[in-house]
Amino acid sequence: MPTFAQVNVGDALPAQDFPITRLNLVKYCGASGDFNYIHWSESFANEVGLPGVISHGMFTMAEAGRVVTDWIGDPGQLCEYSVRFTRPVAVPDDLVGTTISVSGTVAEKLDDNRVKVDLTATCKGETVLGRAYAIVRLP
Amino acid sequence: MALNPDFVGRTYPPVGTYQVGREKIREFATAIGDSNPLFHDVEAASAAGYADVIAPPTFAFALAFQAMISVVSDPELGLDYSRVVHGEEKFIYARPIVAGDELVVATVIDTIRAAAGNDMITVRSDIATVAGEHVVTTYSLTVARGTA
Repeated sequence: MPTFAQVNVGDALPAQDFPITRLNLVKYCGASGDFNYIHWSESFANEVGLPGVISHGMFTMAEAGRVVTDWIGDPGQLCEYSVRFTRPVAVPDDLVGTTISVSGTVAEKLDDNRVKVDLTATCKGETVLGRAYAIVRLP
Repeated sequence: MALNPDFVGRTYPPVGTYQVGREKIREFATAIGDSNPLFHDVEAASAAGYADVIAPPTFAFALAFQAMISVVSDPELGLDYSRVVHGEEKFIYARPIVAGDELVVATVIDTIRAAAGNDMITVRSDIATVAGEHVVTTYSLTVARGTA
């Protein structure tokens, strides 16, 4: 885990790519209890005007957060985590799916050894999360 | 039809207590593909100072979501669930959720507004132990597309 003293504003966190397939969505439906049809039924998703089955926003948020929690090691030191879902993440019905690319930058050093990290998440080159940030406590 | 702003402040009673299971945490962590040992390994969690495995940060939404069903299916509120997408989510943690926690969720409608033809409603869920220890607060913005 990085220490508060070691960290500087502008530091980049290790970026990560997260593949998402239909299987991930099915598992996430079961684990989270969110069985909204838009996450598993193509015909329903099309009927309500979506580009196809889309990822749970919370699945995207969970993946993006890993860039922060992998960096600090202890996810229990996360104080605050916030995102806007700016664009649906369509997940095609093949075994390849799609990929979210997530990067993070130290944006601010706060009191009480806390640090604010700004996150960027893109899918096919387009931003899928807006105003995404986490506040963590470092040793 | 736009949602009635008079519903701001409306509270929804807890739907019972939620017993946080170790295997449920592992299932959730596996579903998001996160192998952090503190989610899976009791010894690793113990070495980090926790009584048992801790839940991934976004696990709290699974609890809040159960409570939110009361809100989105409230016939008096009249939200069209078939048009709903998740707009924003925010967590403020006092501490991580730990396996063995017995939690209750207090739910309140925080804001209601309409913009660009969409209804937008923010629901706040305060998640605490049955003993009254605050654990995490979630703010969830739900957008009903084209309903306002």
